Amino acid sequence: MGGMLCRPDANGLIMAQVSEHMNDVRPSDWPRVLVVAGLALILLYGAFYLYQFAQPIYGFILLALATGIAVIFGANRFYGARFIFPGVAAVLIFIAFPVVYTIYLGFTNYSSFNLLTKDRATEVLLSRGTVDETTEQPFLLVATDQQGVYQVWLPDSGLLSEPARLADADEPLALRPSAIPSETVSRREAVRLRNALRDLVLLTPEGRELQNAGLRSFASVVPSYVQIDIDRLERTSDGTVLTANPDTGFYETADGQQISPGWRVGVGLENFRTIAGSEGMRGPLVSIFIWTVLFAGGTVFIAFAIGLLLAIILQWEHLRFKAIYRILLILPYAVPAFISILVFRGLFNQNFGEINLILQALFGIRPDWFTDTTLARLMVLIVNVWLGYPYMMLLAMGFLQAVPEDHKKAATLEGASSVRVFFSITLPQIIPPFLPLLIASFAFNFNNLMLILLLTRGGPDIPGTLIPAGGTDILASFTYRLAFMDSGQQFGLAGAITLIIFTIVAVISYANFVAMRRAAARRSAAP
Amino acid sequence: MIVERPRDLLIKKILAHGFLLIFLALILFPFLVVVSISFREGNFAVGSFWPENPTLEHWYLAFGLDYTRADGTVVAPPYPVLRWMWNSIKIGLIASFGILVIATISAYAFSRIKIRGKAELLDGLFLIQMFPTTLALVALYAIFDALGEVVPMLGLDRHTSLIMIYLSMITLHVWTIKGYFDSIDTALDKAAEIDGATPWQTFRYVFLPLAVPIMAVVFVLAFIFVINDYPVASVLIRSQDQMTLAVGSRLYLNEFRYLWGDFAAAAILSGLPITVVFLVAQRFLVRGLSDGAVKG
Repeated sequence: MGGMLCRPDANGLIMAQVSEHMNDVRPSDWPRVLVVAGLALILLYGAFYLYQFAQPIYGFILLALATGIAVIFGANRFYGARFIFPGVAAVLIFIAFPVVYTIYLGFTNYSSFNLLTKDRATEVLLSRGTVDETTEQPFLLVATDQQGVYQVWLPDSGLLSEPARLADADEPLALRPSAIPSETVSRREAVRLRNALRDLVLLTPEGRELQNAGLRSFASVVPSYVQIDIDRLERTSDGTVLTANPDTGFYETADGQQISPGWRVGVGLENFRTIAGSEGMRGPLVSIFIWTVLFAGGTVFIAFAIGLLLAIILQWEHLRFKAIYRILLILPYAVPAFISILVFRGLFNQNFGEINLILQALFGIRPDWFTDTTLARLMVLIVNVWLGYPYMMLLAMGFLQAVPEDHKKAATLEGASSVRVFFSITLPQIIPPFLPLLIASFAFNFNNLMLILLLTRGGPDIPGTLIPAGGTDILASFTYRLAFMDSGQQFGLAGAITLIIFTIVAVISYANFVAMRRAAARRSAAP
Repeated sequence: MIVERPRDLLIKKILAHGFLLIFLALILFPFLVVVSISFREGNFAVGSFWPENPTLEHWYLAFGLDYTRADGTVVAPPYPVLRWMWNSIKIGLIASFGILVIATISAYAFSRIKIRGKAELLDGLFLIQMFPTTLALVALYAIFDALGEVVPMLGLDRHTSLIMIYLSMITLHVWTIKGYFDSIDTALDKAAEIDGATPWQTFRYVFLPLAVPIMAVVFVLAFIFVINDYPVASVLIRSQDQMTLAVGSRLYLNEFRYLWGDFAAAAILSGLPITVVFLVAQRFLVRGLSDGAVKG
């Protein structure tokens, strides 16, 4: 490659271009310093803003980013680091930090019940109100000459509000007795304005506040909770005092009854105790783990075997139409995986999928691909091998070319069969360079979320588990379901399981790293 | 030369072709069936391989057009496939371009500029990249959920958020491009230096023009990766209009609304362009994959 690119004439041409450009560069640092300072200031403002909005962690990250930019791009010492700063920052912020943060969440009770910060949860509780039904009365809207300005008409008490833009009305609108307006806005129009109406407050001549209480009526609303101090609320209906419990993240009554919504607090090892402690959790987790390893290992092994076999056939000197075979054989790799997987989901459909139609016609059987665990696992493996063998084939074709032809010839002349030649000459030579790629493939399939989510969604479900867990669920898809699907956004628990996956992936990654170093060393040792 | 008897050779040839043809028949079966289904009537209909009453209904719907059946009923497209395609392509192009810029600049620095702790940084990046995004999904959701409260542009359901995440997936590309830069003669940058070029100028006027071919490969690789991503997009994107193809396609085969025929047409329509791009690029791609992964 290098030789081709660095022909002398090309060199000369490029050099000429460079010197031409060199002349019109004026070394002045001012514009750069100004840009850097401006950018850093914007980021600092953002950091402050985030910090204020009770997102201190993100605030700190932005602060670090601003500092990084100011130092690296401001000081001339770090000229070289400027080139790698954007890449390294992106990797740290969007890969490294989220992984660490996910694991941190494993030590909290973050879930759909404890979703908010404490301030927000308190705010939600304080904004809750009970409608005083004795004051409830229907309303109609009256349009004015100005576009978007309305008046509210309460026919039962004969009161009309002052005109206002509904969405911008921050102050309560005063109501005055009035004659019946000639024309009111249609019901449909009023429904369209419901979001603007929701925050509207009307003030009766007696000084009572009325709020929107549903699509058709206004009423006076009594707040359900009143704040006593920073950690206590009073329930207005019965005077019960609720105390904030920092261990559970809920406001609780004296006898421990929890009021939703709660907020996020650290719970230490609680999630890990849940995982290890209950049979309904540990059982499925162990079975999911075993299946994950079998699935990843099985896929890699079978795909490797098939890919290698095909590569050997395609390399055979007497074979014709190689190019056509090659293109057709890599088609499964070329089609976007999400489409292929969904196609298989349809083909394997138990009732009207084409695969069962053919099996029925040929053998009179209709396997339950989606409801029988063993068959579902078989299906997952078949689909994944279909997706994965072309990659192995392409790699194997590359590595096979590197095996010296005379080694094979010598063995054949010694009378070794071609099978023997393959296992004692070819295979040992291609395994070492192949190993890091096989490990990487294993790691990829260990977390092959897309396949499981699109094909089976983990199903069929294992009966009698604490949390929905499926027969084809791998660790990653199980975690995904915990966090984002049918089990109530259990982010904390998902984070805890992520730590387990993290540990396994770390071991695999390290093994891959070592294997790669060895392969590289071998390559440089044998030129 | 190893001499083989002609008769044995013929048998071997027949066996090889026979095996390959049977294997191909099995492998390509899904594609053929999908083409057939896309012309079949109805979404459940069980039919013969050659559709008896071929219809273009599913194709009309895939292109976002209403279809009027023979009996006069009008069928509206179930999902905005073209919009999803546009979303995917838009996100793919922007993200790949960003990835290309960041990766090329970083690769140049890793290949040519003296930076303290460079080797360790490179190893560190590589190890971090091996951790799949799967592990970060919960945090990514939490981060963008919270950011969206403050900066709506960076909230859930926004393409900007998705693009920012994809921009971080550069390490493999840094390695590929670095490998390419490493193979360029060092005399070239020496000459530029003597002429008074700063490292940035050397990069901009010497290395960048040379790197165009490898950049094209990386661009295609990154584009295919982004288009194919399901986990991240499925976590961040919730509303139908904002979906990418990978997320939206899933809706067709819902247990309660099973649109097999409509899916088949939409799948071919959206899959074909990506497949063609891939087949054109695959030769370079494979080299990139094995080189990038093994270079130490």
